[in-house]
Amino acid sequence: MVRMPGAVRSLRFRLVAGFGLIAVVSALGTGALTFREARTGVLQQSQDTVVNQFRDSVDALTPGVPAPPGQSGLDALVYQLASTHRSQHWRVLATYGDLRAGSAPGDGFPELTGTLRTSVRTRSVAVFQRVHTGGRSSLVVGLPVVYGDGEGGRVGSGLTLYLVVPQTTEQQYVTALVGAVERAAVPALCLAVLLALFVARGVLRPVRALRQATRRMAAGHLDTRLSVNGSDELADLSAAFNETAVALERSVSELRRMEEQSRRFAADVSHELRTPLAAMSAVTDVLDDEAAHLERGTAEAVQLISEETERLVRLVNDLMEISRFDAGAAELHLDEIDLAESVRRTLAARGWQEKVAVRLPPPGAARMPVDPRRFDVVVANLVGNALRHGTPPVTVSLELRREPSGEGWARLVVADRGPGITPEVLPHVFERFYKGSSARTRSESSGLGLAITAENVRLHGGRIQARNDPAGGAVFTVDLPAGHPGRAS
Amino acid sequence: MARPALPRVGPRRGVPILMRVSRVLLIEDDPAVRRAVEWALRHRGHVVAAASTGEEGLPLLRSHRPDVVVLDLMLPGMSGLDVCRRIRERDQVPVIIVTARGDDVDVVVGLEAGADDYVVKPVRASVLEARMRAVLRRTDPDATGLTRPRPRTFGDLVVDRSALVVTYRGEPVPLAPSELRLLLALSASPGQVLSRQQLLELVWEHSYHGDVRLVDACVKRLRGKLGGSPGCIETVRGFGYRFRAA
Repeated sequence: MVRMPGAVRSLRFRLVAGFGLIAVVSALGTGALTFREARTGVLQQSQDTVVNQFRDSVDALTPGVPAPPGQSGLDALVYQLASTHRSQHWRVLATYGDLRAGSAPGDGFPELTGTLRTSVRTRSVAVFQRVHTGGRSSLVVGLPVVYGDGEGGRVGSGLTLYLVVPQTTEQQYVTALVGAVERAAVPALCLAVLLALFVARGVLRPVRALRQATRRMAAGHLDTRLSVNGSDELADLSAAFNETAVALERSVSELRRMEEQSRRFAADVSHELRTPLAAMSAVTDVLDDEAAHLERGTAEAVQLISEETERLVRLVNDLMEISRFDAGAAELHLDEIDLAESVRRTLAARGWQEKVAVRLPPPGAARMPVDPRRFDVVVANLVGNALRHGTPPVTVSLELRREPSGEGWARLVVADRGPGITPEVLPHVFERFYKGSSARTRSESSGLGLAITAENVRLHGGRIQARNDPAGGAVFTVDLPAGHPGRAS
Repeated sequence: MARPALPRVGPRRGVPILMRVSRVLLIEDDPAVRRAVEWALRHRGHVVAAASTGEEGLPLLRSHRPDVVVLDLMLPGMSGLDVCRRIRERDQVPVIIVTARGDDVDVVVGLEAGADDYVVKPVRASVLEARMRAVLRRTDPDATGLTRPRPRTFGDLVVDRSALVVTYRGEPVPLAPSELRLLLALSASPGQVLSRQQLLELVWEHSYHGDVRLVDACVKRLRGKLGGSPGCIETVRGFGYRFRAA
C-alpha cells in the first residue's frame, strides 16, 4: 500500500477543503446576486414612490401659485411641499429665473449637481439622481412645472422644483442585507466542514475497516469478515472482500485437510508396516546365523533379505519419528549432560573414534540441558552423513559462546573435506527424501536423516545451517541455546 | 500368598553369558510376531512358552516358571499394563515390555506398572536377548562389580549383597530385579551422586543415550517400596541421584 505523505493528501482533508470551498463560493455568490437584485429593487421602488408623491404634491399645489410667481409665492409653495412630507424629511427648493426659495433657511442644497440642473432645464421632464455626500445617500429629484397648452403639447412655466430626500432607511435595509449574507456565510462554511467530516467518516470507516481486515488476513486470520452495511460501492467492496476471504479460507483449509490426511496416511502406513516388520526383524539374526551353513547363492539371498529388512526397519522408524514431529507429538526429555561427553559416546558407540577428529571443550565445561537421545541423533546423523558423502578428515568441534545479551549457546560443527554440496542441492539438504545426487539413492540412509536432525535441533529451540567451506567440503553448524530451550518436557 | 521376596536366582557363575539358557514367557497377540520371536529365541537355546493373551499367559507363570517375561502392551482383552500389574502382585520376575508405537505415555505407564525394561517393535532377536541378559544379570555380584559380601545397614534398611536380600525393619522388601540393582548401585557408595546416564549403564546396560525415564520410573517404584524411609534416595537436580545413609 502506497502511503501518501502528509495529512494534506489525505482523503479526509481533501473532502473538507472541497466542501468548504463550495460552501463559501455558493454563499458569497448567492449573497452577491441577492444583494444586487434587492438593492436595485428597493431603491427603484423608493425613488418611484418619492417621484410620484412629489409630482402629485406639485400638481396639487402649483395651481395656487400666481404666474409669474414672486418670492413669497415660491416660499409658500416650498413651505407647503416640505411640511406635507415632514416625516420623510423632504427638503424642497424652488427656482424661477433668478428667484430661489428653500424649505429650510440657509440650506445650500449641496446635493444638487450641475448635471441635474442642466438635465432638468433641457429635457423639461422629471429627473432624479442618487447622490452620496458626506457618507450619506440622498435622492434628488428635479421637476420642471409645465402647463398643458390645450392641444396635447406642453409649455414650460420656467418654475423648477427640486426635492432632496435622505435615503437612510433604504441604506439601512441594504446594509442589513449585506450583514445577513455575511452572517449566513460563516455558519454555512461551518456546516459544510461538519458535513464534509461526516461524509468523510462515512466513506473512511469502511475503508479503514477494509484496511484492518486486510492486515488481519495477511497475519493469517482467515476467518476475518467485514460487516456489509447499505448497498453503495463501499458495501460492494466489503462484500467482495468477504467472498474472497471465504474462498481463500475454504481452499486453505482444504489444503490443510489434504496435508493432514497425507501425513496421517504416512503415519498409518508406517504403523501398519511395523507388525510384519517386527516378525521379519525378529528372525533376521537367525537368517544371519544360518547363512554360513547355506549354499552360496541361497546364502546371498538370505543375507540380502536380512539387510534389506534392517533398512526397511530404519526407514519405518524414521517415518514414525517424522510423523511425531508433524503431529506435534515429539517430546523433549531434557537432562543436563556434558555435551562433550555425549559427543564422545556417540562416536564410540558407532566405532567412529578413529575416523573423526574431535575438538571438544574440557570435561564438565559444556553441561547443558538437552534431550540426550535427540542430541545423539543429531551428532550421529551429521557425522554419518559426513562419513558417507564427504571425504576424510571429518572433524567434529564443539564450542561454547555467549552472546552480548548474556544468552549462552553451544555450537557444534561437523565438517568434511569432500566435494561439498552442489549449489542446487544446498537449499534443500534438510528436506525429506531430497536426493542430492544419484549416488545417494542407494545409500544406507533413509533419506530422512537430515530432516530429522533439523527437526530435533528446532525442538531444542536451536538453529541448523549447511554451507560449503571455501577451502572445500561441507560444513554443518548446529547452535543450541544453553538457557531456555524451545519446549521443555 | 506372596512368594518370597527373594529375587530369582540366575545361572551359575562362570557360565559364559551367551551360553546361558533362560526360560522365557512370551505374551504377544500377533501370531506372526509371536512365532518369529519364539523361533528366534529357541534358536538361541532359550526355553520359550508363548501365549497370545494375558489371560492365557498368567497361568503359565506358575507352570512354566519363567526367568523373564516378554510382554506386548497391545493385547486383546486384558491389557498389557494390567498383565504387568497382575504379575507384580505376586512375583518379581523380570518383565520386559514390548511397545509397538514407542508411545511415550505407554512406556512411562508400563514402567510405573513395574516393568524392568522396554523395547520398541520392530526389534531384532539379538537386541531383545541383550536386554533379557541385562535384567537377568542382576543376581551375579561379580557382574555388577560389587565386592562387599557382608550385609550393610543403613538405619532400618539392611542390604545383603551376597544373599541379595533387602529388609526394612526386619521385613523382607520384595524388589524387582531392576529395583534391586538400582538400590545396590546407589548404596554401594552412599553420598556419591550418580548421573542418570551412569545408572542407565550400570543397572540396565543401556547406552549413554538411552531413555533416562527408566531410571526415574525405577527410583519412583523403589521409593514407594521403601515407604518408611523415602528420603534414602535423593534427587540432585541437574545431576542425578544419591543414596543417603540414614
